Amino acid sequence: MTTAAPSAPVNKLGLTKQDYVGSKSTLCAGCGHDSITAQLINAAFETSLEAHMVGKYSGIGCSSKTPAYFFNQAWGFNSVHGRMPAVATGASLANRKLVNIGISGDGDSMSIGIGQLVHMIRRNVPIIYIIEDNGVYGLTKGQFSATADLGSVLKHGSVNELPPIDPCTLALELGCGFVARSFSGDPKQMNAILKAAMAFNGTCIIDIISPCVTFNNHDNSTKSYKNAKDHDFPLHELGFVQYSELENVEIPAGEAKVVTFPDGSKVTFRALREDHDPTDRFGTMKLLHEGLEKGEFLTGLLYVNTQKPTIHDTTHIVDTPLVHLRQEDLKPGPDVLRACMEELT
Amino acid sequence: MSSSPAATGTAEETKTLVNDFSIEVATVNGSGSQTANSVLMRTIFQMGVPVSGKNLFPSNIAGLPTWFQIRANAKGYVARKHDVDLMICMNPETAKEDVAKLKPGALVIYDEPLKLNELRSDLVWYPVPFQKLVTASCPEPKLHKLVKNMIYVGVAGQSLGLDMAETKKAITKQLKGKAKAIEINQAAVEAGFQWSAENMPAQDRLRIVRDNKTTGQIIIDGNAACALGAMFAGVQVLAWYPITPASSLSESLIDYAEKHRRDASGKLTFAHVQMEDELASAGAVLGAGWAGVRSMTTTSGPGISLMSEFIGLGYFTEIPGVFFNVARTGPSTGLPTRTMQGDVEICAKCSHGDTFHINLYPGNMEECFDFSYQAFDLAERYQTPVFVVTDLDLGMQNWASQPFKYPEGTFDRGKVLDQQALETIKDWGRYKDVDGDGIPYRTLPGTPGGKGAYFTRGSGHNAMAQYSEKPEDYKNLVDRLRRKIEGAKAHVPKPIVDDTGSKRGIFAFGSSDPAVKEARDRMREEAGRETTYLRLRALPFTAEVDAFVDGMDVVYVVEQNRDAQMAALLKEFYPQHATKFRSVLHYNGMALDAQTIIDQIAAFEK
Repeated sequence: MTTAAPSAPVNKLGLTKQDYVGSKSTLCAGCGHDSITAQLINAAFETSLEAHMVGKYSGIGCSSKTPAYFFNQAWGFNSVHGRMPAVATGASLANRKLVNIGISGDGDSMSIGIGQLVHMIRRNVPIIYIIEDNGVYGLTKGQFSATADLGSVLKHGSVNELPPIDPCTLALELGCGFVARSFSGDPKQMNAILKAAMAFNGTCIIDIISPCVTFNNHDNSTKSYKNAKDHDFPLHELGFVQYSELENVEIPAGEAKVVTFPDGSKVTFRALREDHDPTDRFGTMKLLHEGLEKGEFLTGLLYVNTQKPTIHDTTHIVDTPLVHLRQEDLKPGPDVLRACMEELT
Repeated sequence: MSSSPAATGTAEETKTLVNDFSIEVATVNGSGSQTANSVLMRTIFQMGVPVSGKNLFPSNIAGLPTWFQIRANAKGYVARKHDVDLMICMNPETAKEDVAKLKPGALVIYDEPLKLNELRSDLVWYPVPFQKLVTASCPEPKLHKLVKNMIYVGVAGQSLGLDMAETKKAITKQLKGKAKAIEINQAAVEAGFQWSAENMPAQDRLRIVRDNKTTGQIIIDGNAACALGAMFAGVQVLAWYPITPASSLSESLIDYAEKHRRDASGKLTFAHVQMEDELASAGAVLGAGWAGVRSMTTTSGPGISLMSEFIGLGYFTEIPGVFFNVARTGPSTGLPTRTMQGDVEICAKCSHGDTFHINLYPGNMEECFDFSYQAFDLAERYQTPVFVVTDLDLGMQNWASQPFKYPEGTFDRGKVLDQQALETIKDWGRYKDVDGDGIPYRTLPGTPGGKGAYFTRGSGHNAMAQYSEKPEDYKNLVDRLRRKIEGAKAHVPKPIVDDTGSKRGIFAFGSSDPAVKEARDRMREEAGRETTYLRLRALPFTAEVDAFVDGMDVVYVVEQNRDAQMAALLKEFYPQHATKFRSVLHYNGMALDAQTIIDQIAAFEK
């Protein structure tokens, strides 16, 4: 007697996890980036994200290949090196309902792309901007990037003598409303952070330490699996309760700090470090700087502020996505031209 | 009082020029001279006399020399005039050079303490005590510097026979109804007029006489005209970065759109973002175009250089976007406040690898408006970046024009598949050439139904938008792109051809048009030499260009750059006619004048 294969679980949209996958990854076996891709798929499936509303953006590099590996039903745009933020900015203005996911790397974001990154944060373009951070240029075979730690050693022996740029303290300095750090070896934390980001409206900077198994996973590397694991200090145990699940989930009072997102979803922070308040920008900056001094990767949703105006507020555009406006909404009539001409006679 | 060499001058130097002369005003920038000069120009315009004004300003905010050239011409020749008939010297720094360049018999109004009359004996001198006059007419000492320039408007106006009632109207217009400013400026003009009537010897060398040739016309600069075109084209996203001489295009658009592009709730149907640089501007244009709206940026040569990587991406991934290039003198920073047609080649073939772009070249204000409107249709129809190329002369100078006609009709949004359309298509591929015209069908992010998603990539891709390094996929793609852009010949503005039967052709484009028209008339009138004229209005070259090049014995290619960039394109596309092309080149930062064309053609025909 044969039994029917149990049918795959479906989410609220009636979709299976398989509906959120992309093409097969062509990255090296064991690459941290693939773990991030897996959590994006999980988080989207579990929160019933409408994939057709997603714009996936990237620049150039190993990380920038990954948008092809998730959400086949979303629109992808692999643009030019470091300048995906501008592309996403344009797309977000065109259609304010799009859920934007940008996948970048430490090379793409912290060197050529740093100008675009900071201005995207400044404008608060709604996007989940993930920096898959391995401290090294993989696709060009192993040069240091600008997040490489001081004293870090490359496979062939050269030592990095320049100080790193830390994406999270940079984002905090710029007033980013959602700053997170995680580790590709911590799927649970990544999952919660990504779900929270999907519910957030504004720029989310998520720095994920994602070891390069080919060029930067040796004993003297500060961004190897082993080193990241040894120095990963989660600040809190993170929980995410989607707005639609609020009735079914009880959040015990007093045990955790709760931040409510604009869509009603709640993020819970069960502190592992008592001195951290994720809504205290200056305190978080101090904590992060101290952690960096000690060589610790402090991870978690480091800072959150749900009250910042986005680019859609500051451009004062209509609530309807601009792309849905029709000619009669966009083309002023002959009387307007006549009036303009009148002023010029 | 002035010496009077005019009495001993030649007939050419003493005959009365009615509605046909040029004025140059030398001032210091930041001194309010722009208002005075606009009022002077506008007064002549309001008196029905065709007039043009060219502001030669430095790349500086205040304190450096600036000149304003006004040309009145009854026949409507509005190109820069080679010689100055009336010089107004207000700037001590440049006064000696300003009068040294004048031809004998020219009139000079100057600030009395400069004592310029000692420099030459063959000019007609009119010293004016500007400081005394401004002190008497304006009670506020701190405004003297700004109002001083209005004195010469009154002095020159009285001397040339300008109607002061028109000047008054011009001041009101120029100062947009600011009562106090109008009053002060009006008083200064009257003081100058009064003084001139009582103290300045009358002259009958230069006169403005009321005519009716400007009835119903407007005065506008090309940047504002382009801005209006874009606004009526329904542009939805403007991503820009300030650069001279293009900034005022974006600024005009923002001004117009904030007035005329709001919905019932008062919110904008148009987003504008001043980006961090030109690279980001180009990226946002593509992002917006990709997501389905009409998007544009405005820049000049240095910005085009910066944008070229993104423009190549737009060409290769087939994303619409409109790129306005108000060209200035290059290379590098060059002369930021001077004009040049120096970006012909970079705009035709922007970015690395093989590219070719649709370029529109407006030659007057109506075309600035019309082509800016059409550019959005072309960009969406052909799913590609489209350039509108003007220059500082068109973009920032004031031009008289017929009022613009309302662009009737429906936007051409190109081949975009929505959910319904996708449901009827079995195997849609983003880059499939279904119709054989090289133009594929696209979809927009956010389209529901689970169909139509695709991956846009600047790397090699096949018809299904999948990554590919296969030789045949690459070749098919770039060959189709070429075919697609060639297809645009059917829809770009055709050239204007004035075929006189002569086989001596003149080929020009953009801001060269007024000088070419004047040069052709003068060559005909003075030397009996007729020409046939083609004014190019777009790339790719259309069938009309083929026929013109084919039919001419010789083609004088007039352009404002050193390297004969347009001639190079012509030689590339018409190699069999390469020996016909003779280049007439002008590249010193000044606007082109007719004499330059006449002299260079004469040299070829010696």
